[in-house]
Order: sequence, then C-alpha cells, then structure tokens
Amino acid sequence: MVEVMTKRKFTVLDHELVPEHIVLPPKDANRLLKTLGLNKSQLPWILASDPAAVAIGAKPGDVILILRKSRTAGKSIALRLVVPG
Amino acid sequence: MGLASISREYETVKVIKGIKFGILSPDTIRRYAIATIVTSETYDEDGMPISGGLMDRRLGTVEPGVRCETCGNPPQTCPGHFGYIELARPVIHVEFVGLIYMLLRTTCRECGRILLSPERIEYYKKRIEKYGEEWKLISFKLIEKIRKEASKVTECPHCHAPQYKVRLEKPYSFYEELEDGTIIRLTPKDVRERLERIPNEDLPLLGIDPEYARPEWMVLMVLPIPPVQVRPSITLETGMRAEDDLTHKLVDIVRINERLRISIESGAPQLLIDDLWGLLQYHVATYFDNEIPGVPVAKHRAGSRVLRTLAQRLKGKEGRFRGNLSGKRVDFSARTVISPDPNLSINEVGVPIEVAKVLTVPEHVNEWNIEKLKKLVINGPFEYPGANYIIKPDGSRIDLRFVRDREALAETLAPGYIVERHLIDGDIVLFNRQPSLHRMSIMAHKVKVLPYKTFRLNLVVCPPYNADFDGDEMNLHAPQNEEARAEAKVLMLVQEHILSPRYGGPIIGAIHDYITAAFLLTKKTTLLTKSRTTSLLIEAGYKGPLPEPVIKWPIELWSGKQIFSLFLPKAISFTKQASICLKCPICLGMECPYDAYLVVEDGEILTGVIDKNSIGAEKPENIVQYLIRAYSTDAAREFMDSVFRMLIKFLDQHGFTMGIDNLDIPEEAHRRIREIVKEGEKKVNELIKIAKRGELEPLPGKTLEETLEARIMEALSLVLERVGNVLSEYIGLDNEAMIMARTGARAKKVNVTQMTSLLGQQSVKGERIRRGYIDRVLPHFKRGDLRAKARGFVYNGFGKGLNPIEFFFHAMAGREGLVDTAVRTAQSGYMQRRLINALQDIHVEYDGTVRTAQRSIVQLKYGDDSVDPVKSFHGKPVDLDMIIRRTLKGGG
Repeated sequence: MVEVMTKRKFTVLDHELVPEHIVLPPKDANRLLKTLGLNKSQLPWILASDPAAVAIGAKPGDVILILRKSRTAGKSIALRLVVPG
Repeated sequence: MGLASISREYETVKVIKGIKFGILSPDTIRRYAIATIVTSETYDEDGMPISGGLMDRRLGTVEPGVRCETCGNPPQTCPGHFGYIELARPVIHVEFVGLIYMLLRTTCRECGRILLSPERIEYYKKRIEKYGEEWKLISFKLIEKIRKEASKVTECPHCHAPQYKVRLEKPYSFYEELEDGTIIRLTPKDVRERLERIPNEDLPLLGIDPEYARPEWMVLMVLPIPPVQVRPSITLETGMRAEDDLTHKLVDIVRINERLRISIESGAPQLLIDDLWGLLQYHVATYFDNEIPGVPVAKHRAGSRVLRTLAQRLKGKEGRFRGNLSGKRVDFSARTVISPDPNLSINEVGVPIEVAKVLTVPEHVNEWNIEKLKKLVINGPFEYPGANYIIKPDGSRIDLRFVRDREALAETLAPGYIVERHLIDGDIVLFNRQPSLHRMSIMAHKVKVLPYKTFRLNLVVCPPYNADFDGDEMNLHAPQNEEARAEAKVLMLVQEHILSPRYGGPIIGAIHDYITAAFLLTKKTTLLTKSRTTSLLIEAGYKGPLPEPVIKWPIELWSGKQIFSLFLPKAISFTKQASICLKCPICLGMECPYDAYLVVEDGEILTGVIDKNSIGAEKPENIVQYLIRAYSTDAAREFMDSVFRMLIKFLDQHGFTMGIDNLDIPEEAHRRIREIVKEGEKKVNELIKIAKRGELEPLPGKTLEETLEARIMEALSLVLERVGNVLSEYIGLDNEAMIMARTGARAKKVNVTQMTSLLGQQSVKGERIRRGYIDRVLPHFKRGDLRAKARGFVYNGFGKGLNPIEFFFHAMAGREGLVDTAVRTAQSGYMQRRLINALQDIHVEYDGTVRTAQRSIVQLKYGDDSVDPVKSFHGKPVDLDMIIRRTLKGGG
C-alpha cells in the first residue's frame, strides 16, 4: 500500500499561538496613525522576512495590525511597521 | 530678591540638539595645541617643569600658587591646554582597526574608489538619501549590506585593478595576500596612503561622514597631549613626586618617538627603524587602551602595577561613566546600623542625636521663624538642637564652630538669611537599604531624634526594605530644599508605598509577632477582663465608648474579636479563609470548627481569626488593602500605628515562648511515625527489587534508572508528608511552634516536622545525593547501594539529633543552598542592571500609550488594559466579590 501524501502547506497563521495579523491598506493605516497622533517612524518594526509577515504578504512600508488575545484585557491591539530584511 | 539665592535662573545660551562624534584631524590637533612636546624629560634638577616637556607650564597648572603660562589663570580657573607630539612615523589608532579593516576591504587598493559599479553606487545613494535622518536605523542596516557587497569584489569596477585579500592580524597589523600567495605587510604608512585615496563621495555609502571623520585620520601622525589637569602629579609626604599613569605612558611615547626620529635622520638600518616603529605603535596603542587582547600590558617601571590608561579610566563600574557620572558620592547623608522600635509610627525613622547634629536643613529666616532660629544659632553646632552654618544674603557662609559670640550673631539674623539648622523631629528624610531593587527600597520618613547610635524603624517596614536587624546598615539622606521635601513627602512617604506595584497588594503589614498576637487575640477562647481590655484600648489610643461585654456575669468579659473589631471601620466587609485553615474536603464556611473562616461584616468580626491571610504583609486582599481602598493611606497608617501597638501589648501580657517542650510528642505518635518511615523504606526496597529483576515499567521519556529514581523520590517525599499529617493530630494550636507555622507568623509545618521527627530526603541538584566516591556517596556503604539510607535520607530530626552520616548529607544539601543564593544574587543583579538600562526611559504618555524617550510606541495601552497594578486587587482591576456583596446588601 502506498500512502497518499498530499503536501499540505503549513501557514504559521494557523497555529494556536500566532495571533491574527492584518495588513492595513495605506489609507486606513494613515488614518489610524493620525487618530493615534503617531508617525510611521514611531512604530515598532517587524521584518519583511518575519514568517507571519510573509504569510500575509506584507511589503516594507506596510503597517500590520496584530490582534492578540490577552489574559488581562481580553483583546489587545499592536501595530508593526514592516521594514526590509 | 531673597529667593534668587536658592533657585538661580540661568540664561539659555545654547540648546543641545544633538551630539556628533568625529575624529580629530592632524590639523585640528595642531590647532588646538598650545605647545609641541619634544623631550621626554619632565623636570630639571631644581624640580621645575621643563619647557617642551610633558609638564610644560603652558599646558596648564595644578600646583597651588603657580599661574598658567598660557591663560595666566591660577589652578582653580585654568581650564588646561592641549599640546601635541609630531610622530616620526604614523601609527594605527587601535580603537579604529575594525573600521580601517572594513575600509581596506571595501575600497580599491589602486584608485581608492568603493568597489561597486557606478550604477550600484547611484542606487544605494538614492536609497540612503530616501531614508534620511528619520530612518537612520534602516540605513545602518543598508550600509551593513553595502559593506558586505563591496568586500566581495575582486576587481575594481572603476580602474579594473585586481583586488587582493587584506588580512587583519589582531591587534593592529595588516597584511595583503597576493595571487601567488605571497604575503606583504602593510605598514601604517601604506594603510594611510590607501585611506587618503578614498574619495569623499564614496564614504557616506560606507557609513562615514568625511567632513567629521576622514579615514586617514584614523592613522595617527600627530598625538594630542592632554593638559596636566587630566594627569595631575601627586606630591607625597616625603616630598617625592609621583606622576600620573598617563604621564608615564606619554614619557614612553615621547622617548621612543625621539629615538625613532634620530634613527631615521641618521640613516640607521631599516631593521632598527622597524623595531622602534613597532615599539612606538605599542606605546601609543597601550596609551589608549591597556587591555587590548594579545598585547602585553604596559606596566610601571620595575613595579608590577598595571598602568591605568585612557580606556581604563572610562570603562566599568569604577570608570568615569558608571562611577562618576551616573552615580556619585553625596553630601547630607548618614549611614549606621538599624534596630527595631515598635513604638515609632511606620512613617518615622529614629535618628541618633549624633547624626542629627551633623545633617542640616537650610531654613530661610522670616518673621515667623526668626525667634526660633535665633535660639538655634545661640545653641550652636555642639548643642542639640542647634545650627551649623549661617548663610548671609550676599552668599557668604559663617561657620558657627568658629564664632565666639553666637548671641551677638543671632541678633544680626534677619529675613533673607539662611540658617543651616540641625535635623529636628518631623523633618522629611529619605531612607534607603541596598540593594535598591524596587521603588520601596528608598522611602521618605519623618525624623524622630532619639538617643543611642542606631537608626530605628518600625518593624512593618522591614518587608519593603528586606531588612532585618542582624547587623544591617541603612542610609539616610536629608533633602535640601522645600521642593524636594514636598515631593518626597507626597510621593515617597512610607504610607504611600503600602501597596506594592509588584503585585496588587500591600507589601507593608503584620509580620512575625504581630501575626501571632492577632491570632491569639482573635481566637474564640480569648476573653478579657475589663482591666485588660481597657489597658489594650489605651495602648491603641482608642477614644470611643467601651462596647457591651460579651459575658456579663459573674464577671464582665470582652472577647478578643470584639476588641479587634473596634478598630475596623464600618466599610470593611469581607470573607476570607484564614491561614490556619486546614483545607478540609468539605468546607463548612461560617460553621468552621477551627474558626478558620473569617467573616467581617460592617467592620465586625463575626467568625474566624485574624492571621497572616487577613493582616499579613505581602498578602493581597487583606484588611490593610481594604482600608486604603475604602478610606485612605492615612487610615491604613493609623490602623497600623494603633492596632499593631495593641497587638504587641497583648502579646506581652499573654506571654509567648517556644521551647523544646514544644517538640515533645506522645510515644504513640513516635510509634506511628516509625511505622510510616518503615513502610516507605519497604516501598523503596521493593522498587529496587523490581528494578533489579527488570520488571520496572519505564516512565515516558525516562530511562530505567531515572524511572527508579523518580519512583523512589516520590515514595520518600510521601513519607515526610504523611509524617507531617500524623504530627498535626498530636500538635495543635496550643503549641507555640505550631501557632507560628499555621498562622503564617514564622516557619512552615515542615520545619516543625523536621524538628520533632525527621528531616527526610536531602537533595543536591534536585536529585537524591549521588556525588562522592565511585558508585557510592560515602565509604560506609556498598557500591551501587540504592537504599534510602545510602542516598541521603535522614531518619532523625533536629530534636533528637543526626548521626554523622546524616549530618554530612544535610551539610551537602545546606551547602548547595548557600552556593545557589550567592550565584543567584550575582546573576539577578546583572540582569536587573541590564533591564533598568533598557527600560529606564519608558513612560506612559497622557494619551495612555507607552513610549520610549524618542516617543516611539512600546504599547498602545499600558499592560494592554491600562490597569495600574498598585490600584488593582492582585492584578484584577476590580474586586468583583466585594462589589457583588455590597450590591446584594444594598438591595436587601
């Protein structure tokens, strides 16, 4: 018997411990940053080669929204700026 | 204006926008210099500095009574002036070898251009320009990439010259490997020539700003000589003069430089010149850094002392940065041994008169305090309370130690004068115990001047300082202006630190005897006569009416719970399991037969005892925390100052002693314990037998041996647990040792077990003891003996005493504990340092975001929920139980 191995692609996003990553459209990103009174250069970075960034196809200059589950706050939001690397 | 003397206003001359570091060019060095140093001689026969020597008077002066030949100023005001040496041959600056190496590999050996094609250069230039100042960090990453790319090129894209491999031989020699394998040494002169060829336009791509750091400046042709202020000589009592280490090093440099120059001029053989050149390179290198790996350290002539040169002055804990800039020694501070004083308020600190007479506070004279200050001035510096100095409105200082007629001086006192008076009761001071690991390690206290020579503090502040009285010393600082004192009082006073930000609960509360006393007072059987009740209430400063006694006949008796309740305000209602709770499978709640279920309703203890869980320090959701929540920190402070005093008084009256008779248990208990131990032993032997037969089932992820060990450990730890349980049947809450253990006052139940019956298994590295001889711990056992006895099980307790072998096992485990704590403190100390350095500028902005000093985001919301742990209940933002209770009661 030959076992049929369908090559299932693994995405980190499916993993329990990886929070939801969303690439914000530039317009939304700019609006959000404006309401928060922030400049792009004040955001923490995420490498473009980060597995989660790769999985959602983020490009340098994009802003990523990360929705995490939090024990204290229920849901928490984090922002990341994609940088080359 | 009188105020002008305290807060001088400074005119803004320049505002620092940034700091840019560059390299001094030979021209700059010569321009800054006031003298050229040509001789290694320092003083002539008369001890006068030689002109053109290293102690040249033109470089400034530190000797009193001598004026600088350059600026004409005396030593106090002369800023010092640089000199320079013209080096006979260039030498590499050791601190720059890495950069030089990078430049040699990334630029052409012939034309000096960067080893990238014009298109690549254009592309990278554009990108760097795009990133600009705002994205500096990203452009650094790009520059790193450019350097890597350029260093791989083997033929110059500009002049097509072949590029050879440049090697750096640490610490400062460069070699070039030609195609045919021959290796050529690049002298500093060759290196400098190559660096000179690199054009300015190519340098930004390699991360260098040519305006401030031309590459060839990294190879020294001219050495700046620092002014003598930087390297003062010391005159010893014998009249001998000792020079600074830097001067010694500079003498070496000048001497070798002269010899090299003369050798070159007189046409000495190349070999000799190279030797001298190498020596010059060595001296210049060690002048900058005397700890270069691979370079012999420069030592004092004859002596074996290592020279402390430039890098050593800056580096490390005692270096300029950590030792003199981030931290410095201060005035107005005191240090002595601490001892306890339960009669002080928690906000107070007992200060010895001797200290109070030295530490002063400047007080401005005004019409309301002038009479008081006059008296202090008359008392003078030696009589307490007095004053040490007077500062006149013109800023001049009068030392009262040397004033003969202080009464006359006191009469001249007028508004505008400042009197530096002794510390008096009520002054705000900062009190600190090292290691200062959290903010509660430095708190503000109110001074209470007391006789004797120790600092006194209330026992409840021991936990935040982590202090005890086995010889601990603490520091005290007296703030010198109103602003500092006000800030300390509002932000740093002890009562403002009862709640710890470490966890949502109080770090200040009852400890040791306070807990014992609270338990003894509030247990059901405590009934007090009228005289005892009143004596306790007086101790606590109780002013209200005496409540109805619980027993009216034949004599009036008050219960302890009743007395304690008098101090609980109405708003305090809660339910809690006491520390003495036995964790019965079915909890009867208020019906608890052990009185371990505490119910407080409207400030009235209905059932249960007060112990560690309800007033203990470091226990969240206790009475102290509820008091702060419902009332204020003042209420909590008053509670502790009054009730805790009463508790100590009660314990004094009651009497509380633990003796060896506490460890006596009936013969029956001994028998049962022996039985349990025997069973455990039998179990172990059985396990060994099963394992020997090979019938042991290995646990997942473990070998057979490991499985056996684990099973034996399990069986043996069960022994101690079961012994403890049996013991509880015979030792109850009438036993002082057990009272302390169960109420949480001091020690645990295991400690009682260890004293009365047996120590149980001793362990090293979490295993039964195995180290020692081959296959056995001690020669008293056979090899491979796995029995409990042979591997560190101690059958005896501290009460009866250990046999020598057991004693040895116990010492092994004890030693490991000591070593562990020593290692742990060192490691956690370093970790703490790194964390503080990394996090020190992080703050919460007014918009609720957490940001760095550069205002970039760390979190969008502090802790994701914006909850201040100080204002939380053990991490929970609200105490739901409490709210539900209150709501239900309000509705019903």
